[in-house]
Amino acid sequence: MKHLLLGMAVVLIISGCGIEPWVKPYERANLADPIMSFDRDPSATSYINHVHESRELSRGAESGQGGGCGCN
Amino acid sequence: MALKVVKVVVVAVINTLRKHLVKPLAKQLAKRRIKQTSHFQWGLLAVGVLGFCVPLMAAVLPEDRADILFHSYDGGGLTVNGPSLLARKQVGKSLSVWGKYYVDSLTSATIDVVSSASEYTEERIEQSVGFDFLHDKSTISLGYTNSAENDFVANTYNFGISHSMFGDLTTVSLGFTVGLDDVSSSVDPNLNESAERFKYRLNLSQVITKNMLMSATFETVTDEGFLESPYRRVRFLDPSDASGVGYQSEEYPETRTSHALAVNALYYLPYRAAVKIETRVFTDTWGINAAMYELGYTHPWRKHWIFEVKYRAYTQDQAEFYNDMFNGIDEFIYRARDKELSSLNTTSIGLGASYEFGSKSWRFIDRGSVNLMYDRYQIDYQNFRNETAVGFTPGTEPLYSQTADIVRFFVSVWY
Amino acid sequence: MFNVKGFAKRLGVVVAASMLLGSIAQAEILEGPAPDFTLKSRSGENVKLSELRGDVVMINFWASWCAPCRQEMPLLEDMYKKYSDLGFVLLGVNVEEDSSKAIELLREVPVSFPVLFDNKNDVTKLYKVVAMPSTVMVDRDGNMRYLHRGYLPGYEAEYIKQIKELIRE
Repeated sequence: MKHLLLGMAVVLIISGCGIEPWVKPYERANLADPIMSFDRDPSATSYINHVHESRELSRGAESGQGGGCGCN
Repeated sequence: MALKVVKVVVVAVINTLRKHLVKPLAKQLAKRRIKQTSHFQWGLLAVGVLGFCVPLMAAVLPEDRADILFHSYDGGGLTVNGPSLLARKQVGKSLSVWGKYYVDSLTSATIDVVSSASEYTEERIEQSVGFDFLHDKSTISLGYTNSAENDFVANTYNFGISHSMFGDLTTVSLGFTVGLDDVSSSVDPNLNESAERFKYRLNLSQVITKNMLMSATFETVTDEGFLESPYRRVRFLDPSDASGVGYQSEEYPETRTSHALAVNALYYLPYRAAVKIETRVFTDTWGINAAMYELGYTHPWRKHWIFEVKYRAYTQDQAEFYNDMFNGIDEFIYRARDKELSSLNTTSIGLGASYEFGSKSWRFIDRGSVNLMYDRYQIDYQNFRNETAVGFTPGTEPLYSQTADIVRFFVSVWY
Repeated sequence: MFNVKGFAKRLGVVVAASMLLGSIAQAEILEGPAPDFTLKSRSGENVKLSELRGDVVMINFWASWCAPCRQEMPLLEDMYKKYSDLGFVLLGVNVEEDSSKAIELLREVPVSFPVLFDNKNDVTKLYKVVAMPSTVMVDRDGNMRYLHRGYLPGYEAEYIKQIKELIRE
């Protein structure tokens, strides 16, 4: 039963791709601006993250890691 | 002050959730003999299968780009600098490959070194390769990194999948990283230790309005193995020594698990500028709780310039087994006096300028940019005393602090 | 331990279900008359879709900030030059509120087909544009026939195939 519900949820999420977006694709002028990026320069971001990680004990969930660079 | 309040609230929320939600749930699951892995499998499935979703607007691969960066850190008796090269190129329609070469050339005469050993220099070379594969609205990423020093080698394997949905308003990414470290020592040829690291990462990024983006990331990291530095020592009160102080090696627990939650927002101002807010809270099994926030402002000027300013503040508690001065030899099984494990506060102020250039008439390059960024980074240790200070009874010296200048200069080209 | 067999079974069920749902929405063949509109063009004169009846019309919704749009712009120009004598019209509908960036881009990437400005997004909404760029093919009788969402390299071959087919009708 539990599995059935979970399965249904998964299918709904997938078909949910058809949901009407409230910001239309043609309204993305500002969002497409390069200044609206969490990680405009990946090398520079990954370096400063490394600096912080070496001197602060907190780790994980740094910004700008989404690019696939598994750099430590 | 505000930072402290945020931290207290978040830690309380996490603890409450743990007590009232996670623990009872785990108990119930155990009772009903439902395998937890089946939930994990459903989760994996949900993400994997999202790849079959309808393409409303194709997601895109990262742009073809190369960066050459020179970095420099100078503070607290430590200088680190070196180059970093990163290049990315699309191959065919749905594959983008990248490679990175990074060097840290280090000269250390930090307070730990000055008080126990002599200045040393060393080099760390990091090499990475990876690719991103795009299928409809999903991107699959694989990466490998090798980092090598004379006494430390780390191999890291990275897997990620990201999927864009709800009319491209939402992007969900999952990441999994395995790191294998080999630790040796330049003074003890018999030391041959290792550590394993696992990272699990979930990221949700969301278009809120025409002018606002938000992102939330949760990451769990677990370490197992030899986690201390083979060179660092703790100090303890030793009446038998004339100086009154004795030293012995550090001893860390062999496991560490941490959780970090970050929430970031970007807002586009009407006159073309952007405000960025980043917040992060952290907790781990060594008793370290931490919080960070950063405010940034990006301001383009005329056609070619982009200026940036940022302010960042961070605070952390010390590890349970940290002590600036132990009361005697072998006082506890686990002991550390690595200043990074002390409670501390850091603040940084950063400035950046970018100049973009480019022309349609160039043959191999679409455009490029020259960038200079400077950060002033201040670290105030709350329980790490400056033992080089003279005229103090050991353990009563003034608290240590340091200021560093961080420079990043880089040239980027898009092709 | 990880149950491979069970996992595979679940995978099968979910994939089948989502593909079924997905296939309904994936149709790119359109039917029915193309909604009529009038927009001001770059040259200053008004262009009315219904007045182009008798020609094959390709309506391309684009923006200067949209990278794939910029990418296909020169290809669209080639197509327009090649087929405009055979009863083919291309309308580039710019969706931006502020046209200045579009005009600036067109200076760098010159095109000869009519560019129309839909500053208020009335036409964009009328055509329920859900991707940037979006391309709608309209036949000689004024009926919508094909829709392309987004642009990836290689789509131009599809465009040409459909243009030729509609010209021949």
